[in-house]
Amino acid sequence: MATPSNGNLLSVRDLRVYFETEDGNVRAVDGISFEVKRGETLGIVGESGSGKSVANLSLMRLVPEPPGRIVSGSINFGGLDVLTLSRTEIRALRGKRIAMIFQDPMTSLNPFMRVSRQLMEVTQLHLGHTKQQARAHAIKMLERVGIPDAAERVDSYPHEFSGGMRQRVMIAMALSCQPELLIADEPTTALDVTIQAQILELIKQLKSETGASVILITHDLGVVAGMTDRVIVMYAGKVFEQATKQELFERPANPYTLGLLRSVPDPTRDEETLYQIPGQPPDLARLPPGCPFAPRCERVQEICRNEFPPFVELTAEHHSLCHFANEVYAETSTTG
Amino acid sequence: MNEAPQPLISIKDLKVHFPVAGRGLFSRSNQVVRAVDGVDLSIQSGETLGLVGESGCGKTTLGRAILRLTETTSGQILFRDQDLAQLSNSQMRAQRRKLQVIFQDPYASLNPRMTVSQIIGEPLETFRLASGEARKRRVQELMEMVGLNARFLKRYPHEFSGGQRQRIGIARALAVDPEFIVADEPISALDVSIQAQILNVLARLRDQKHLTYLFISHDLRAVRHVSDRIAVMYLGKIVELAEAKSLYANPLMPYTKALISAVPVANPKVEMARRRIVLTGDVPSPINPPSGCRFHTRCPYAIDACRDVQPQLVQIKPNHFAACIRISADEPDIEHVRPGDAPGLRQTSTSHSA
Repeated sequence: MATPSNGNLLSVRDLRVYFETEDGNVRAVDGISFEVKRGETLGIVGESGSGKSVANLSLMRLVPEPPGRIVSGSINFGGLDVLTLSRTEIRALRGKRIAMIFQDPMTSLNPFMRVSRQLMEVTQLHLGHTKQQARAHAIKMLERVGIPDAAERVDSYPHEFSGGMRQRVMIAMALSCQPELLIADEPTTALDVTIQAQILELIKQLKSETGASVILITHDLGVVAGMTDRVIVMYAGKVFEQATKQELFERPANPYTLGLLRSVPDPTRDEETLYQIPGQPPDLARLPPGCPFAPRCERVQEICRNEFPPFVELTAEHHSLCHFANEVYAETSTTG
Repeated sequence: MNEAPQPLISIKDLKVHFPVAGRGLFSRSNQVVRAVDGVDLSIQSGETLGLVGESGCGKTTLGRAILRLTETTSGQILFRDQDLAQLSNSQMRAQRRKLQVIFQDPYASLNPRMTVSQIIGEPLETFRLASGEARKRRVQELMEMVGLNARFLKRYPHEFSGGQRQRIGIARALAVDPEFIVADEPISALDVSIQAQILNVLARLRDQKHLTYLFISHDLRAVRHVSDRIAVMYLGKIVELAEAKSLYANPLMPYTKALISAVPVANPKVEMARRRIVLTGDVPSPINPPSGCRFHTRCPYAIDACRDVQPQLVQIKPNHFAACIRISADEPDIEHVRPGDAPGLRQTSTSHSA
């Protein structure tokens, strides 16, 4: 429960979020720890069911309870103990100091309300803007995210914008109070590559202007390579690997990360058959006793099936959840 | 593929226009969506042709039109030498055996009330290919072929994961021994680790069964990996067509350059060093597409003539076709063409179409 020091904006310790389902108790997030430094972009990579979205919903206390339940752990944001805040205190945090953008902009935009009103509400509530101030601010934000003719379009409804423009409107709303942390959950997954490039460029630019920290949740390793400083890889509710971006791509120390990296077609190389990770993503209600990745791992040993792996420290900034982390690290270091 | 004999599929000046619903209940507006607007394309037997483009470019409509799942407005779709566009519904039904489709969404495309055995076996019954024990054996064989455990015969779609469901969809498409398969975004709803599995299954089956694919996707990395050639579509038209590797390495048309430069690469060094051509704006509406070259509203290289002249898809390099008046066979690199010049306008006589 240490307060974040050394430039950490956010510090998550041993967070556990479980869901009570018909299928049994699902450990969506099962003991994860990570930090976000001021001004950095942390990438969180994982497949469906890895717990990446649930972990981030818990940061804003948005996990639906029930069926969800934050079982244990601590979340420290800028000195605040998020899990013990009252509803009023947490509401003051959301949208103001921590903002979130989603894959589908309609998750955060109200289809029946003019964009102007939605943008104005945020700053009237959090920044105490008057109507006039809020309107001027709304137009300024739309201009900043690159909406042409912002002064005229501010009174449009969300459906009157194209997909990419709607994404921009959502970003404008998320950033209107200059949050210290922006959580972007698959912000470009539904977009075409050309629009994706525009939106990623925009997030980068706004981040450098405001100095905000960003958590970027994605399944696309290409997006991670271009956008982040550090990366955590999640699988079955656990952090499987944590490293600087450079290390993660050049010297991965976890067979799952290695498999993910190899299974993306590389346009700079010609391979006849694509590497594939065998099997299916795990059923969280029925995890095997040992390493959750063991049934799909190509270097699985007896110990992997029986014992839960240790979180091995390779360098101060590089950790891997694997019985053979040191071996994998040594191999990828020599093969490059 | 090199000495091109007769193509398996040959599309000539295909158009698919949809009427736009009017404002009132009984009124019809005169506007049409030009989803596919004059496409010429041929696909060789055994080839995988990749079709890429942004959403709304017409790539899915083109795929559906080839299979007559969407009615065509005009043009020809030759399957060997039979024009599918001219067939009656019953004649088409007989052909459908040879022409199959794999859909994007493995959750929506399988009937939730049917068992896997019924789903895969249905086309066998429809085309009277097998029944009883033979049918069961065939279903099991198909399941194994796509990497599904044949013990799961009696299970329902919801009992499978997304990747397994996509395998069921593939098995169903293969049940009737088709020759040509339209795979419409077959991996985009799947997890990264599962995408590679499905791409590999599709490639293996192509080789084993000598299948021909039209592989539609917005994922250029995947398309480059599986395709022999790639066609790039923009607002209802094919704007570039070339061998997959050379298209990716040396795109000619500005749109293709932008599209490829926008694809994120899972390599931090490449990402940091890259010079991205960021296109401004969205794809214009296909109801009222821009005049001349449809890309001119977003093209960083556009000149006045691009607004007036509709560029033809012409051969710029061997087996590499592009629709852009600012380049020509003599001056293929747009970066080196003199500002304001349009070499493509000078040599219309020698060009031949794809």
